[in-house]
Amino acid sequence: MFRNQYDTDVTTWSPAGRLFQVEYAMEAVKQGSAAIGLRSKTHIVLGCVNKANSELSSHQKKIFKVDDHIGVAIAGLTADGRVLSRYMRNECINYGFTYESPLPVGRLVVQLADKAQVCTQRSWKRPYGVGLLVAGLDESGAHLYYNCPSGNYFEYQAFAIGSRSQAAKTYLERRFENFADSSRDDLVKDALMAIRETLQGETLKSSICTVAVVGVGEPFHILDQETVQQIIDAFEIVGEQEGPAAEPDAAAGQGAAAADQGGSTDEGVAPMDI
Amino acid sequence: MNFMASKQPENFLLGPESDSQRTLYPYVTGTSVVALKYKDGILMAADMGGSYGSTLRYKNVERMKPIGKHSLLGASGEISDFQEILRYLDDLILYDNMWDDGNSLGPKEVHNYLTRLMYNRRNKFNPLWNSLVLGGVKKGEKYLGTVSMIGVNFEDNHVATGFGNHLARPILRQEWHENLSFEDGVKLLEKCMRVLLYRDRSAINKLQIAKITEEGVTISQPYSLKTYWEFSAFANPAQGAVGTW
Repeated sequence: MFRNQYDTDVTTWSPAGRLFQVEYAMEAVKQGSAAIGLRSKTHIVLGCVNKANSELSSHQKKIFKVDDHIGVAIAGLTADGRVLSRYMRNECINYGFTYESPLPVGRLVVQLADKAQVCTQRSWKRPYGVGLLVAGLDESGAHLYYNCPSGNYFEYQAFAIGSRSQAAKTYLERRFENFADSSRDDLVKDALMAIRETLQGETLKSSICTVAVVGVGEPFHILDQETVQQIIDAFEIVGEQEGPAAEPDAAAGQGAAAADQGGSTDEGVAPMDI
Repeated sequence: MNFMASKQPENFLLGPESDSQRTLYPYVTGTSVVALKYKDGILMAADMGGSYGSTLRYKNVERMKPIGKHSLLGASGEISDFQEILRYLDDLILYDNMWDDGNSLGPKEVHNYLTRLMYNRRNKFNPLWNSLVLGGVKKGEKYLGTVSMIGVNFEDNHVATGFGNHLARPILRQEWHENLSFEDGVKLLEKCMRVLLYRDRSAINKLQIAKITEEGVTISQPYSLKTYWEFSAFANPAQGAVGTW
């Protein structure tokens, strides 16, 4: 994807029938640090990699509790993600107030997608630059959705977004058939292992990742660092490094990918994640 | 409640639009609704009368209606406001169905929606002049609640509106128990409705009993109760309490 004369605003179609601004917005998601989600019939686990700008600063908040039964992990422009989380929380609160019942996650996701679509059809707006992995429960069980800046949403058994997410996706693709009947603890383990895949050799420790769980009878909450570290320690001993797929990220062909394909150091992976 | 008098309402506090658009009194009203939880769901009873003040004007008013797949609504009070509420709920259920996902609004959700509706109207000094009874079953859970015209809401194992609170609920408090069979539930409701028929002047002897279970709603055809007027207390009301009527 290179600059061309049809990419200045979102209300201009290209001759090939593409909206470049929307596609560029999806690029922003790929630049953010990784976020993954996986689900069983009763639980969903969200995980993300936390990259701090420097040693002095704290890391970005990328997982948000939306309601007791819904949580979201974001990748891309975290400011956009924060604003959308606020919208989601508001919708949940309003529904809960009117109906005294939790907002079904499937409906929240559609409202979110419709909100994103509006930004793809107004000349004075820009698409949201954030991808959201929405984890939640409704009448029909546990669900994991991915909301795109394009206004599309998809339901997944497991998914990964952000930089080097392909490695995590490959890991998840190998294992996803077992997730439906996994126990909650196995699911958390799989989430951590998928996160590890995106680190490309760097040591997995609880200070650089965040894990959250929601399930039937378990309200959404972020696991604290110690618990996460214990789980990591428990399986690191077994130590299966399955040869992370070092393929470059899907559309990272253009220079903006910060030429970090081989790099396993801390800086430079997520320039947009400010 | 003397709603046919032409006294000036004291709404000088309400500003310039005070006269025209606020509900001040009800005109065509329905009397009590009584409902209870039984083994398989909810049983609800209401007569078919629509009174115009002290005239028993309309005798074929259905005061109970199914709402969506899981709920049953009964109303007393202003009939036109009940019809308005049914339209609101129609829209609500329509939009709920249009999502076309696996989720649907259950009785608890509808009850809370109605509470918000009634309370917000009350806050604008323009109430929907009804007392509502909302019952239903969803995923095996039985639900029975009530909302008044000022937005007071609560759930219980048996509820009633209007005169039913004074005449039927004491009977229900004595005789209701968990897991009533359908026949026992109907008998208990009929006992309550009979007392109301004897003692509530706006009651008529033409009632319907509705049931809602996991399978759905059934509203009976209208029928009448057998009455007995030869009780000595009816024949000789002043005996033992001279001067009474």
